[in-house]
Amino acid sequence: MTRYILRRLVSLFFVMLVVSMIVFVLMNNIPGGPFSLGERGYTPDALANLERKYGLDKPLGERYLNFLVGAVQLDFGNSFAVAGNPPVTQVILRTWPVTLHVGLYTILVSFTLGITMGIISAYRRNSFIDNAVTFTATLGITLPNFIIATFLLLLFGYQNGWGAPNKWIIPPLWEGGPAILSQDYFLPVITYALAPLALVARYTRSSVSDALGADYVRTARAKGLSDRMVMMRHVLRNALIPMVTVLLPQIPNILTGSLFIEVVFGIPGLGKFFVTSIFSRDYPMIMGLVVLVAFFWGIMYLITDILYTLIDPRIRLGGGAGR
Amino acid sequence: MTISPPPVAIRASRKVAELAPKVLKRSLWRDAVRRFRRNRLAMLGFVLLLCLLGMAIFAELLAPYDYGRVFLTLRSNTLPFVNPAHPLGLDGSSRDYLSRLIFGARTSMLVGLMVPLISFAIGVPLGALAGYVGGRFDFVVMRVVEVATAIPPLLFALFLLSIVGNGVWNVIAVLAVTAWIEPTRLTRAQFITYREQDFVLAARSLGAQPWRIIFVHILRNTISPLIVSFTFAVPLAIFAEAGLSFLGIGITEPTASWGKMVGSGIGNSIRVYYHIALFPTIMVALTMLSFSFVGDGLQEALDPQRPDSR
Repeated sequence: MTRYILRRLVSLFFVMLVVSMIVFVLMNNIPGGPFSLGERGYTPDALANLERKYGLDKPLGERYLNFLVGAVQLDFGNSFAVAGNPPVTQVILRTWPVTLHVGLYTILVSFTLGITMGIISAYRRNSFIDNAVTFTATLGITLPNFIIATFLLLLFGYQNGWGAPNKWIIPPLWEGGPAILSQDYFLPVITYALAPLALVARYTRSSVSDALGADYVRTARAKGLSDRMVMMRHVLRNALIPMVTVLLPQIPNILTGSLFIEVVFGIPGLGKFFVTSIFSRDYPMIMGLVVLVAFFWGIMYLITDILYTLIDPRIRLGGGAGR
Repeated sequence: MTISPPPVAIRASRKVAELAPKVLKRSLWRDAVRRFRRNRLAMLGFVLLLCLLGMAIFAELLAPYDYGRVFLTLRSNTLPFVNPAHPLGLDGSSRDYLSRLIFGARTSMLVGLMVPLISFAIGVPLGALAGYVGGRFDFVVMRVVEVATAIPPLLFALFLLSIVGNGVWNVIAVLAVTAWIEPTRLTRAQFITYREQDFVLAARSLGAQPWRIIFVHILRNTISPLIVSFTFAVPLAIFAEAGLSFLGIGITEPTASWGKMVGSGIGNSIRVYYHIALFPTIMVALTMLSFSFVGDGLQEALDPQRPDSR
């Protein structure tokens, strides 16, 4: 196990290296550097000075090496575009918690609701509830979230000024009750939760109904176990395995936020920041964000893979021909 | 020696032989078509899809005006159902909204079909080779896949678009760059499971060439999951294009794109000029719904292991 984790970490390190290299090279080929954009109209001298100040006059290889040396110390340099040129890590530390809040609530809402809905509809197949759940699930999977966001704002939001930029404050997770009840969180979380909720409900339904049809459930019923016992001991426990394989990989995705939702609701989170930093050619920000998000995903996938073995001892890590 | 009637067993087998052609006609595809046609939702999706495709192909004939034509004399943002000459109103630049919606189908369909086509054209051969040959080639391909999955696809698409610039074909190229991973993985996994199976061994021992085994024997078996995955890749591409255009990158101005139209319709003016965001939303939703209904239907229809109870 330890060897497996070590091997994965080494491979993650190389992946990060290649990813950062690709992004770095591509980024420096964006037409227009960070200071030649728009109507700022620097004189050539001023431009050269600015580029020297931020080290952009050095050759690409040297800049990449500088980046690497900084990155291992978690120092991605200072932002070009954010007012006051704060260090990139500081900006990320300020914006990611917002995204994390929304993400955590989203996971909470979508997983609890989704699993409940899935179990109910598996138990009452083809009933009204089942059809309603299936309908919601289809809607959640097929409707793009920026569209849902737009219409929720249209229906509930604009009157109260939700979704206006500058409106967002960053409340602590718990301040006189869960922050989810604050208006700011309510709509984004609902919008964001709909797609994972649909997925969770769908997979729960199918894996629970598979488990319900299995022989061991019939045996359990035949030996006179109560419905509840059958449910807890046999159905849910076995239904969990296929659910985990599909659902756990959703989590890192949700925790790094959705571009669209953050843009529509004006949430000052990671995704929105990425869009602005691409538009303003904020090289250090782009690098920092991509590398951190990729690293986070890599670590989360590793944790997911380890969790599989804990839940289902039949799965062996490492070796094998791969998936 | 008199010719006696053939024994019962032979007669019976002759009867089987007479019946055989009928039985043989029930191929996988025929079964699939039959199952698909019985699936009401799938058929609904299929009909919708044909309508949308028709809209995309015959946009010039169907649309009352050109998508870029500006009606300078009329007020911009005219509401729908007011002016009979423009049943769905005008947009913010005084262009006929119905025409733009119809032409928007072309953009969506173009992106939606081209992106999976390109990504499958890359991914299927790559995955097939990696799965069949294995060894060092497989190792290299899998490392590339690993690197590609490490980057969040939408962020990467956004990033690439800011490098290559806007435009329909750029959007298609960029989305294809991020979309080839799925078909590669799927094909590889399929090839690994089939590589060692008896029918492949049999073909190999009969002296079949590798390309024949790959294309005739294995690929034919993997075709149904590939088709299903293709139908699900289409709405994803449409979603990505709509999203990028919604953010204001991607499709450039005179071209009609539903995502961009939704994007231009949000904001405070939505409470009055609701049509700008509402109509393209309906179109995107219908498109995605029809593709996922068809995808679900195909998945059920193309699964030969499925007991055909209906």
